[in-house]
Amino acid sequence: MKVSMNWISEYVDLSGLDLKDLIHRFTLSTAEVEDVYEMGREVSGVVIAEVVRVEPHPNSKKLHLVTVNLGDREDHCVCGAPNVREGMRIPFAPFGASVVGMTIGEASIAGVVSRGMCCSAQELGIADSSTGLLELPEDAPLGRLVTDVYAIRDTVFEVDNKSLTNRPDLWGHYGIAREFSAIAKRPLKGLDLADLSAYDNLPAVPIGRIDEELCYRYSALRIDNVRKGVSPIDMQIRLYYCGMRAISLLADLTNYIMLELGQPTHAFDSRKIARIQVERFAEPFEFETLDGVKRKIDPETLMIKSDETPVAIAGVMGGLDSEIVADTDSVTLECATFSAVSVRKTSTRVGLRTDASMRYEKTLDPELCRIAAARFTKLLLGIDPGAAVVSRFTDRYGYHYPVVTLSFDQAFIDRYTGISISGEQIVDTLTRLGFGVTRTGDDFTVLVPSWRATKDVTIKADIVEEITRIYGYDNFRIETTLSALHPVRPLRVKADEAAIKDALVKQFGLHEVHSYIWCDAKKLAPLNIPLPENVRLLNGMNPDATVLRDSMMETLLPTLNENRFFAPDFGIFEIGRVVAGQKENGDCNERRTLGVAMLTHALIPRIPFALLLDMISTVVWNLRRQKVTFRNVRPTFAWQHPKNTAQIFAGGKAIGYVAAVHPAVQEAIDRRAFLLTAEIDLDTFAEVPENEIRYEEPSKFPGIDIDLSFAVGEETTFGQIEQAFAAKPNDTLKKISLVDVYEADGAKSITVRLHFVSPVKTLSKPEVQSYIDEVLCDLAKNNIGLRG
Amino acid sequence: MAISLEELREQFYENLKAADSSEAFEALRVRYLGKKGEVTGLLKNMGALAAEQRKEYGQRVNQLKALVEQSIADRIAEAHARDLENKIALAPKFDLTTPVQIPEGSYHPITLVQREVEQIFASMGFVIEDYDEIVDDYHCFEALNIPKHHPARDMQDTYYLTNGQLLKTHTSAAQNAIMRKYGAPLRAIFPGRCFRNESTDACHENTFFQMEGIMIDENISISNLIYFMKTMLSEVFRRDVKVRLRPGFFPFVEPGFELDISCAICGGKGCPSCKNSGWLELCPCGMIHPNVLKEGGIDTEKYTGFAFGLGLTRLAMMKYGVKDIRDLNSGNLKALSQFVK
Repeated sequence: MKVSMNWISEYVDLSGLDLKDLIHRFTLSTAEVEDVYEMGREVSGVVIAEVVRVEPHPNSKKLHLVTVNLGDREDHCVCGAPNVREGMRIPFAPFGASVVGMTIGEASIAGVVSRGMCCSAQELGIADSSTGLLELPEDAPLGRLVTDVYAIRDTVFEVDNKSLTNRPDLWGHYGIAREFSAIAKRPLKGLDLADLSAYDNLPAVPIGRIDEELCYRYSALRIDNVRKGVSPIDMQIRLYYCGMRAISLLADLTNYIMLELGQPTHAFDSRKIARIQVERFAEPFEFETLDGVKRKIDPETLMIKSDETPVAIAGVMGGLDSEIVADTDSVTLECATFSAVSVRKTSTRVGLRTDASMRYEKTLDPELCRIAAARFTKLLLGIDPGAAVVSRFTDRYGYHYPVVTLSFDQAFIDRYTGISISGEQIVDTLTRLGFGVTRTGDDFTVLVPSWRATKDVTIKADIVEEITRIYGYDNFRIETTLSALHPVRPLRVKADEAAIKDALVKQFGLHEVHSYIWCDAKKLAPLNIPLPENVRLLNGMNPDATVLRDSMMETLLPTLNENRFFAPDFGIFEIGRVVAGQKENGDCNERRTLGVAMLTHALIPRIPFALLLDMISTVVWNLRRQKVTFRNVRPTFAWQHPKNTAQIFAGGKAIGYVAAVHPAVQEAIDRRAFLLTAEIDLDTFAEVPENEIRYEEPSKFPGIDIDLSFAVGEETTFGQIEQAFAAKPNDTLKKISLVDVYEADGAKSITVRLHFVSPVKTLSKPEVQSYIDEVLCDLAKNNIGLRG
Repeated sequence: MAISLEELREQFYENLKAADSSEAFEALRVRYLGKKGEVTGLLKNMGALAAEQRKEYGQRVNQLKALVEQSIADRIAEAHARDLENKIALAPKFDLTTPVQIPEGSYHPITLVQREVEQIFASMGFVIEDYDEIVDDYHCFEALNIPKHHPARDMQDTYYLTNGQLLKTHTSAAQNAIMRKYGAPLRAIFPGRCFRNESTDACHENTFFQMEGIMIDENISISNLIYFMKTMLSEVFRRDVKVRLRPGFFPFVEPGFELDISCAICGGKGCPSCKNSGWLELCPCGMIHPNVLKEGGIDTEKYTGFAFGLGLTRLAMMKYGVKDIRDLNSGNLKALSQFVK
């Protein structure tokens, strides 16, 4: 919102104060100022003149030779304006004067020398565009500088609308002036209002049914015999500086009132208004608003009707049919308060956000209705003394906000602020802001003014804000707390995440990425990965990205694909959330999940696969001192390799899977690459206990290593052999390790090393041989035997 | 007559001179010092000597024995030293410029910034919490004093899900659960990923990271809030940061503030980065609204508290000079693989 300091100064005397400094303090105490503009600084030396002679230009049909009277002398210039005529008063820039963008010099226009210029509103910087000269009133004083007579020079600042959302009272200049009165500690002047009670004996404006649920107050006033059609220059300038456009006196007045008080009003042409109703329609219909757009109106939308005919969308915009037009001489003024929620929803539905709807959304004070009508009347009668009020102020005030009174003591304020603000200062600040304050010693009782009581100020903490913001946060002494310190134990999930990231990055050289929580159908389809059946976004903007991922791979494999030329061998990972379907109560089963995806061009795929197993085992071992086991399972996801997919077990829990990627997906990414994936459910992993260190006295006797080479079938794994030994526990067998796997010409051999140690003696081979023989006997049942 | 002691010594020297291998040294040792060795043999002559000469003779033989032992040992040591020198001479000189193989993995920049901030708060006694990304209306809005018809709940801001839940729009959604988990007094931070239903461009993302902090105790004041924000931000930016508070409206705090920090680029004089104001808007904060404390089961007569929200994504962009926010979720390793630490 744009604020004119000329306008503010009408209500608070700010003379002698630095305006820029005041505006800066407004940012710190009230709302953020985004920009400050110095208006009218380019205009100098332009005076009021009367056109005394208009003669044809010898070389042009469009141009004229104009003689103007400056009061004490005459001047001449060439003028191209279509509306120039003898007798009109205009702004004239003589030789040496400046207007927007230029200084007047001597110029030859179509062969005639001109040393001056008749000016338009645009050239004075008080309109965006002009079709002709700015016509000044007949009594404009000749020879005077326009900048002395009219408020062309002004300081205007723009407030960030977002910082005003909770302050309906700041959507008009008077409310802003009240803030300046508190900031500058200068008195706030009252509004100049017409006395509406003088019309109480006049007939009422006919008002029929009102939907009191959505319309808290509806009031109207009829004024006839309006003859003037154009607003005073100063009013036009203010409207323009505040971002609006002068249209006609009645339309301008409603805008002016809105900018001054924050209360939108609507001017209907009385000829088009019979009995007013404020209601919703049962059936949808089309309605043409005054911007000439036809809009669909649904049964939710509150409308103003005249004898059942819609004439305005309540709080948003009037209709084209009942608009003020050139020959309107009677106005029916609407001053109303509509439900903020209803206006906001309507405005969203019809796709129309207006200056009025923006204000209604903020929850306006219904008390403003009568003030706005009185102010409108005062201004209109002042400008057009022939106009006559012909109705009483007709008022249907259905909903009154409760009166808010708050009590607190000095200790409460001291505790909240941590500093000491005096009782006198508290009373002074609140009083200037319009609060009624009663103070007895350290106890305060505060009556919240109606314009702050619609939703903004409701509890004691709100009062703290009023006091402190005017006191100034820059003036606060800052201090640490005296709170006791307690030991803080890090959360296991957080510690796990950190350690996993460190291992994957530092030890295994993976790259951490972030991807979205939803799947992108357009990225999955080319990779032959189906979209999962899962919870979806109801209202995402991208129709291809609505299904939430149920595996990290649905976003990591596309990421891997997009990076496939990054390096011949690389891996990525993300710790994020997946939604593994829904819980019994319908909530998403959100799982914190580690996803790893790797791409390699290794010649022997067995090696990177083993590296992945190492990686998972290392991570689990680092965090829990638990040995991981992998068990082949059938794939649950389409991209998992039918043969090389395995569940990961740690501490008796299935914590995730490792999988080579299905050839159908692999080929879509890179025909020659080999792709690997793994996921760990970190919420399940968090439940895996840490294997505590158990100390064993070291044996004083040397151990014995025995290597065994097995000739096996292609399908036989090291795990099967290891398992056979584990199935027959032996106290002295401390370790089984894999020495070598050799595959050639269809023959496969696996060499393992057994390490035996006894705490009481030096073991000899014969002493362990019987144990080994027993296990070999078991292995033989599965056709696993020693080589040669 | 047997060989004399002197002759034997000379003979040993001759032999030692001729020896040139470890085998030859060993043979010499056996020939002279072995059980049947020549020096040992000298002692057999002792019986023929007069008693008064025996002592002197014995001493001389022992001296010779020591001399032989020492001489052989010296020659062995010399030979070994020569051997080592030979080995060194033959050894290859390694190339120091061979490329080294450090696993060059990378962290996401958010991880790096988040860790830094977490450490700062951990050092000040804050517990680091975590929360879901998918929440319900109560936690995201109602418990935070965001009334039913507040614009923040409108469809254009929040991602709603088909099961009635929603993607959390701010880390504040965790406040209620954390208050209920720990009670008061409490100091906690909780970083997390948030979602807003808006179109993306260089400055806007629908998925981003925030970090929320709360501190609740008896007599927590605005003065304390400013202190903690200033201290924390000075640590984050590793300089003495000037802060200023402006009124700001957020339903879950009262009073609510926008906190600005002095612009590091111009030092507060005003530049394009800070829109010539000398200040950068950094984080919303405020005193926790009594309704929010109440919903969290905290006695509002006894306790007050402050809360703040820090944009981790924004912080990461500021710290590393990332200009396009979309780089962070792009998964593009050309961008992300630079964050090696």
